[in-house]
Amino acid sequence: MENSIEIKAEEINFYYGTKQALKNINLEIYENQVTALIGPSGCGKSTFIRLLNRMNDLIPHSRVEGKIYFEGQNIFEENVDVVSLRQRVGMVFQKPNPFPKTIFENVSYGLEVKGIRDKQTIEEKVISSLNQAALWKEVKDRLHDSALGLSGGQQQRLCIARCLAVEPHVILFDEPCASLDPISTRSIEELILDLKKYYTIVIVTHNMQQAARISDFTAFLYLGELIEFGLTEKIFTIPKQKMTEEYLTGKFG
Amino acid sequence: MLVEEKITSLKHELIEYATLVEGMIDKSIKGLINKNKGLLIEVMEKDERQANEFEIKVDEICMALIAQYQPKGKGLRTILMSYKINNDLERMADHAVNIAETALTLIEVPPMTEYVKDVLKMAEITRGMLKDSIDSFVREDSVLAQDVCKRDDVVDDLRRVNRREIIGSMCAECSIMEVGLDILRIARNIERIADLSTNICEDVIFMVEGKVIKHKFDKM
Repeated sequence: MENSIEIKAEEINFYYGTKQALKNINLEIYENQVTALIGPSGCGKSTFIRLLNRMNDLIPHSRVEGKIYFEGQNIFEENVDVVSLRQRVGMVFQKPNPFPKTIFENVSYGLEVKGIRDKQTIEEKVISSLNQAALWKEVKDRLHDSALGLSGGQQQRLCIARCLAVEPHVILFDEPCASLDPISTRSIEELILDLKKYYTIVIVTHNMQQAARISDFTAFLYLGELIEFGLTEKIFTIPKQKMTEEYLTGKFG
Repeated sequence: MLVEEKITSLKHELIEYATLVEGMIDKSIKGLINKNKGLLIEVMEKDERQANEFEIKVDEICMALIAQYQPKGKGLRTILMSYKINNDLERMADHAVNIAETALTLIEVPPMTEYVKDVLKMAEITRGMLKDSIDSFVREDSVLAQDVCKRDDVVDDLRRVNRREIIGSMCAECSIMEVGLDILRIARNIERIADLSTNICEDVIFMVEGKVIKHKFDKM
C-alpha cells in the first residue's frame, strides 16, 4: 500500500521538568489514514498527540527535542504561527467541551476567529460542518439553543463540527469516546471512518478494540518508547514484538 | 470500513477464488478431451499458484477480521465458514491439478470416449455443484445448499457405474490397464471436488440456520 506521509516525527524527546515522557520517537502519520496510538496509562500517547499541534506549549517546565514535519515545515520552528497550525491540525478531546453558547455559535466561532465576516459564508459553513459531523438532522431545528442541552454524544459530534468548520487537514482525537455510551461510541467511530476520506486522523484510545476496529495503522507505546508501529491488521494478528503481543493479550497494562 | 462491509468484501474474495477453481476444473477436463497440453499446463503452473495466493489472502483476512472486530453471532459464523470454505477451495484446486497432471499422461494415447463419457457428465454436475455452493454461501440460501447436497449422490452413482465398467474392461484386456487406472484417478478427483462442494453447503446451512447437518449430526 502506497501512502503519502502527512506528518513525520523525528527523534522526539519530551520532558515534564526532569521526567522524560517520550524517548526518541520516530513515527510517520499517513495521509487520509487513521492512526491509533495505544499503550497503558502513562506511556506517552497523549503527550505525543498533543505535540502534533503544540498543545504542550502551554505546560510549564516542559521541554521538547526533535522535529515534527508537517506540510514541509518543522512545527517547532520559531516562525510557525501556532494558531494557524491548530486550525490545520484540529483536536477533539476526551470530554466534550462545547462553549456555553448556542449550537450555531459553537461552530461559527472558529470562522469568526479566522476573520470570516460574511454571514452567508458562515451559515453555509456551519451547516456543512454539522452535516459532515452527522449532527445536522438532529439539531437543525434548534440551532440557537444552548449547546449544553445536547447529549454527551451530540456534544462530542458538535465539537467535531467545530473542528471541521475551520477546514483542518489533520484531526487529533484524544480518547474521544471515553465518556460516551456504546451507541454514541459507535456513531463517533462511524463518523471517524467517514471523515478519513477527507482528513488525516490520529486517535489516542485506551480501548484496544476501538483501535482495532477503526484504525489503519497502530502505534504501541510503552514507558515513553515506541515499541511497534505498523498496519493495524498485522499488529493485531502477528505483532513483531513480544511486548506488543503481551499487551494485546492483557498480560500487562 | 465497518465490519459488515469487510465481510462483504471477504465474500467477494471467495467468489473470485471459486471462479478461478471452477475455471481450473473446466480447463483440466477440456484439456483431457481436446488433448490440449497448453490448457493443462496453465492449470498446473499459473492457476495453481494463483489459487495458493488466494488461500493465503483469505486466511489473513479472516484472521484479521476476528482479531480486529471480535464478531458475534452470524458475523462470526460467516467468517469461520469462510475460513473453512477457503480450505475446501484450496483442496479442490489441488484436485483440479491432479486431473490436469493425469490428463497430461493421457495426451499421447488414443481417446477412450466410452469411458470418458461418464467422467464428463460427472465433471459437468460437479462444476454446477461448486458454482451453486458458492452462490448459496453468498446469497445465504440454505435451500439451494440442500439441493447441492442431493446432487452429490448423482455424482457418486455415476462414479460407481464408471468404475465397474472400467474395471470390467481392464480384466478383459490387460493392455488398457494403465489408461484405465488414469481415468479412474480422474473420476476419483472429480468425485472429491463434488464432496468438497457438499462440505461447503453443509457449512452454509450452519451459517444460515445455525443447524449442524454433517455426519447426520441431527440424528445422533
